[in-house]
Amino acid sequence: MTADRLGIVVAGSLTGGVEVKLDCDVSVEERAVGRYVVIEGQKLRFLGMVTDVSLETIDDEITSMPPVSDEFIAQVISGTSTYGKLHVLPMLAIGGDAMGLLDGPKTVKTVPAHFSRVREATEQDIEVVFGKEDERHFYVGNPLDMETKVCLDLPLFVTRCNGVFGKSGTGKTFLTRLLLIGIIQKGAAVNLVFDMHNEYGWKGSFEGAGREVKALKQILGSRVAVFTLDEESSRRRKVSTDAVVEIGYDEVEPEDVELLRQTLNLTQPAVEAVYALAREFGARNWLKRCLEMDTGDEATKALLDRLHIHEQSVRNLRRGLDKLARLGFLTPKARESSVKRILDYLGRGINVVLEFGKYKGDSTANVLVANTLTRRIHDQYRRWTEQAQGEGAAPPQPLVITIEEAHLFLNHEVMDQTIFGTIAREMRKYNVTLLIVDQRPSGIDEEVMSQIGTRITYRLDNERDIDNVLTGVSNKGELKTVLAKLEPKQQSLIFGHAVPMPIVIRTRDYEKSYQEFAEAAEIKRKAENLAADLWG
Amino acid sequence: MSTNPPPQPSSTRIAEVIEARSGEFTAECYQLHQAPPLGSLVKAGSPDVFGVVCDTVTESVDPGRRPLARGQDAADEADVYLQNPQLSKLLRTTFRALVVGHREGETLRHYLPPQPPHVHSFVYLCPPDEVRAFTQSLDFLSILMFSAERAPVDEVVAACLRQAAQAHPDRKLFLVGAGKTLAPLLRGELARLNTILTRIRP
Repeated sequence: MTADRLGIVVAGSLTGGVEVKLDCDVSVEERAVGRYVVIEGQKLRFLGMVTDVSLETIDDEITSMPPVSDEFIAQVISGTSTYGKLHVLPMLAIGGDAMGLLDGPKTVKTVPAHFSRVREATEQDIEVVFGKEDERHFYVGNPLDMETKVCLDLPLFVTRCNGVFGKSGTGKTFLTRLLLIGIIQKGAAVNLVFDMHNEYGWKGSFEGAGREVKALKQILGSRVAVFTLDEESSRRRKVSTDAVVEIGYDEVEPEDVELLRQTLNLTQPAVEAVYALAREFGARNWLKRCLEMDTGDEATKALLDRLHIHEQSVRNLRRGLDKLARLGFLTPKARESSVKRILDYLGRGINVVLEFGKYKGDSTANVLVANTLTRRIHDQYRRWTEQAQGEGAAPPQPLVITIEEAHLFLNHEVMDQTIFGTIAREMRKYNVTLLIVDQRPSGIDEEVMSQIGTRITYRLDNERDIDNVLTGVSNKGELKTVLAKLEPKQQSLIFGHAVPMPIVIRTRDYEKSYQEFAEAAEIKRKAENLAADLWG
Repeated sequence: MSTNPPPQPSSTRIAEVIEARSGEFTAECYQLHQAPPLGSLVKAGSPDVFGVVCDTVTESVDPGRRPLARGQDAADEADVYLQNPQLSKLLRTTFRALVVGHREGETLRHYLPPQPPHVHSFVYLCPPDEVRAFTQSLDFLSILMFSAERAPVDEVVAACLRQAAQAHPDRKLFLVGAGKTLAPLLRGELARLNTILTRIRP
């Protein structure tokens, strides 16, 4: 018996996972769900996750007449007449011979034999699977009660849309910031972040601790540009911004209004009126003309009659559009094309964080800005990609667009109208992927959810949220137990495309990693300077 | 001036086999009322056959003659025997031992021997070292538990374990281990298990 032996396999199936009877000297209380165990089969070594822990008895009488009159009897009974059982979901199999080791971990296609020994996974076992930090792999956290680093293959990660989910205050923003730093550090992609809560640009808040933490620009310097929708707020917060984003009336399309139907409180006829008016006035002028329209005017009345638009619909529409026009960044004529500016930065490999300033949490602003900008940026990327394909040249650097409150864009009703729905569905065809951050994943359409490559989820309480996050995942039931038992903070379950198997991690300490982030950036900067000195 | 006690023999000879069968043997003690304690480990024959004392009887040598009460005028019980010295010849103490193992060469086996000990084999009480060596494995408990014995098996098992525990350096560890061996044997008989456990509780 080895020191860390836990028990033996006694039953199970490939679909349902295997049952492990714990040895009598192993305490059930130390076996948490989400931990990893290794099952030593006859030819294969299986790595599995504990998904349930149960108490069993060999005798039903024990449950009705517990013989625990004293400590001695309890000690004898526990582990013999009563015992602990683990439900383990085998995730990966590693061949026992040299070839197997070279091939690395494979998806499980069978189960370990009866009475295979089960032991706790060691640091080496986890390292074999999750790799070490290198030019592709970025360290995001540690498995439960282990010091091993869990690393994400970021170039692989950014090839698909990804999601970070969890209740508010669980640590989504910290992890997202960490992922963004990783993506930038490893050069996996260039980022555009719609920073609805002013958390990613210069500094972020540390909920609960009442202090601030450094954000992208402070850590990565010139590789990040902070754009703002609200210059004044940025100045007040002493954030040095690189540009102010304005959206011209001509950049707003009827689809955007349709998307905002709920937040602007528009009726269906009012939305239809927008399309009619846009056809009448032209796609670039309609908003300006609509805002100038005087409903008392005879000519206007005639026009509305001609377009079969009811007066009530117009009034409803006007109220909504006036609300829109009050957004400070929406101007009749933008000073310069923000889209062009952003694309220019992205083209140079500089990551853009767009701060919302006082529009923080304003879903109208969020939807309007994110949708109008992304639509054009995606357009450009599509052109670049197609051009590159036509000329056989290198495609543009992958772009990752980070959006918070993703359910605003990706819910079932609006998904077809937003560009985000399109990006989510077409995947990486045009080298644009999404990193969606959301606290109510049940609001996100199932189709989109099933397209999400890697999901990182913190604690969720709502049953529907949990169900939706696990859409399209095999062994949903088992992962559900694990997910429901995550700690309220900093623990997350990662599963999907970029990880070989689902794993629960404790997020890497963000503040303690400044040094490493900064050092990595510094080494790169020095190398560049040296090269410049050498070659002039 | 006291003399040094004679060197302690490794095993004390206490009785002689008077009836033997595969699963048990009966022995008559050399001294009246000097049977080994219930549950103690004894050995007889060559090679050794080990048994656990399960039933002790003191009775008249002649089954036809029942002993009479003689102590009405005696000061105490010992006085009865002093006044009637013939009693030690008319009464005898015998015990039965359930066979739980044997020695095969250097190895201790915790199952029945191919042959029972011969009648008139000497019976020895096992010294603590031998008890410890024999009870390293508790496989013999199943023989005791499943013997078709008229004796109160649970009491014998409990007594046996209590005595064996004395020979082990960590009594509690030994008893917990023994309890854990018994638990699956008494599956579905929780009350019996409980009874034994309360009797061996350290």
